[in-house]
Amino acid sequence: MPQDDFAIASSRRAVFDANVVAFRTLLLKEIRRFLRIWPQTLIPPAISMALYFAIFGAIIGRRIGEMAGFDYMEFIVPGLIMMSVITNAYANVSASFFSAKFQKSIEALMVSPTPNSVMLAGFVAGGVARGLAVAAIVTVMAAFFVEIRIHNWFVTLGMLLLTAIVFSLAGFLNGLFADKFDDISIIPAFVLTPLTYLGGVFYALELLPDFWRTLSYFNPIVYVVSSFRYGFFGYSGDVPVAASFLAVALFAAVFWALSLWFLNRGIGLRT
Amino acid sequence: MTEPKALAIRGLKKIYAGGFEALKGIDLTVEQGDFFALLGPNGAGKSTTIGIICSLVIKSAGAVEIFGIDIDRDFAAAKRLIGVVPQEFNFSIFERVGDIVETQAGFYGLRHGLAARQTEKYLRKLGLWDKRNEQARHLSGGMKRRLMIARALVHEPRLLILDEPTAGVDIEIRRSMWSFLREMNEAGTTIILTTHYLEEAESLCRNIAIIDHGEIVENTTMRALLQQLTTETLVLDLAEPLLEVPELAPYGVRRIEPTCLEVDIAREQDLNEVFQRLDAAGIRVRSMRNKSNRLEQLFVALTQSEGSAETLVHAAG
Repeated sequence: MPQDDFAIASSRRAVFDANVVAFRTLLLKEIRRFLRIWPQTLIPPAISMALYFAIFGAIIGRRIGEMAGFDYMEFIVPGLIMMSVITNAYANVSASFFSAKFQKSIEALMVSPTPNSVMLAGFVAGGVARGLAVAAIVTVMAAFFVEIRIHNWFVTLGMLLLTAIVFSLAGFLNGLFADKFDDISIIPAFVLTPLTYLGGVFYALELLPDFWRTLSYFNPIVYVVSSFRYGFFGYSGDVPVAASFLAVALFAAVFWALSLWFLNRGIGLRT
Repeated sequence: MTEPKALAIRGLKKIYAGGFEALKGIDLTVEQGDFFALLGPNGAGKSTTIGIICSLVIKSAGAVEIFGIDIDRDFAAAKRLIGVVPQEFNFSIFERVGDIVETQAGFYGLRHGLAARQTEKYLRKLGLWDKRNEQARHLSGGMKRRLMIARALVHEPRLLILDEPTAGVDIEIRRSMWSFLREMNEAGTTIILTTHYLEEAESLCRNIAIIDHGEIVENTTMRALLQQLTTETLVLDLAEPLLEVPELAPYGVRRIEPTCLEVDIAREQDLNEVFQRLDAAGIRVRSMRNKSNRLEQLFVALTQSEGSAETLVHAAG
């Protein structure tokens, strides 16, 4: 075996290559994890989305008729896809990272030369992978009920990716500060779910009275869902798509910087 | 130019958030190729020291160098040279054995082909190759320990740190692990071992440091430390029962049972004379053993008092 394989990676190039391998390894480990427990990770979103489509779309939707000029069933599809991406990207990273902390398997990564930025990127990429996998499943399910049309691929895929990144990072922060399993279910239950349900998934904001409509503009999920819906239909209500992109990207940058700052100081991980 | 130490620690301090001072400025060096024992009672600072060396714990002050690389300057490069076997099982029990080891290789930057070959090499060496496709939760306690050793070695570290690697494993596996570690050491890997089995340290290690209350209370060679014992107590099993204690002055003799005697022997005295005197008294000895592990006597004395080696050796006798 060539001894060089184990020599200290002294050149920048060698360190970079080693970090790429470490990132890929962590990403594959994360993908293996959510595929191993597919009945917990991939099936539940498929079932709940099928129920949403059946109840809100096929059964109640017929009575509702149109929403903002679109068939109601068609209207809720982008929001439901986004809702599963948000929930699953967040849950994947918060659960995986906290479990690794809880059973101390994170130490195997911490004692290795993998930099904090690569560790963070690996966990986030794992969350994004699950978010996208679930998005694909939900989209396929939706295709049984409505015809999927894409108005703008760039906006659709861009917002999908950015949202998965932002909520994976948020899940990471949750996992970093969690001390017990309860701590990773509090934010999804008390913050994410209400914000998502009130984020325009099931209704157009113009249906709301002025006060509630204004209040809704403080809900970041409104921008995510509306912009994603724009990607499908070219309609986003009065939410500006470009500004939404900027805001979501800004959130991603802030969450990334915060996570890395905490990691570099050992907060939540090292004693 | 002198070769750098495998490990050089200077003035290492750790004060935890609550104000507890776990390390009070310790100095410690381990030469390349050494088999070094770091001993101490629970809570003495061993795991904190190891935690700092491998970046699980943030030091409060002091310097640590691994083969001349200062961890404050390039911790990543230093970490490439270290393999750690922690005290507690710290892998996901739901992952497959082969994946656990190969993933660790990836964290050290080993590409897939090389990582797979290294995984096979160490799983075979540690007798786990047949278990590579099983989830780790199905392994026995001894196998889990060996899995952690395989994982620590997969990137060919030059310094292997084992924190109580044989805790809870049966004697047969413990002995096979000792022989494996001796081979690793003879092949050039520097090994630092913490253990509560003092016969393990005595049998394997050439140099030793004893840490207590965050301070190094002894740091010497195993041979020099054991020579500090001035008196040893031997237990003799006799062929026939004795009614009274035989006169063996200047040796201290006690009758424990009719067929069992304890004899205290000072370092400058020799065993031949004891046996001549016993023979003359018509006492036949069937077997003989040390009353307690020699290192254990020293360890207890060193960590139970403020004391120095002088007080301990007499206490030990």
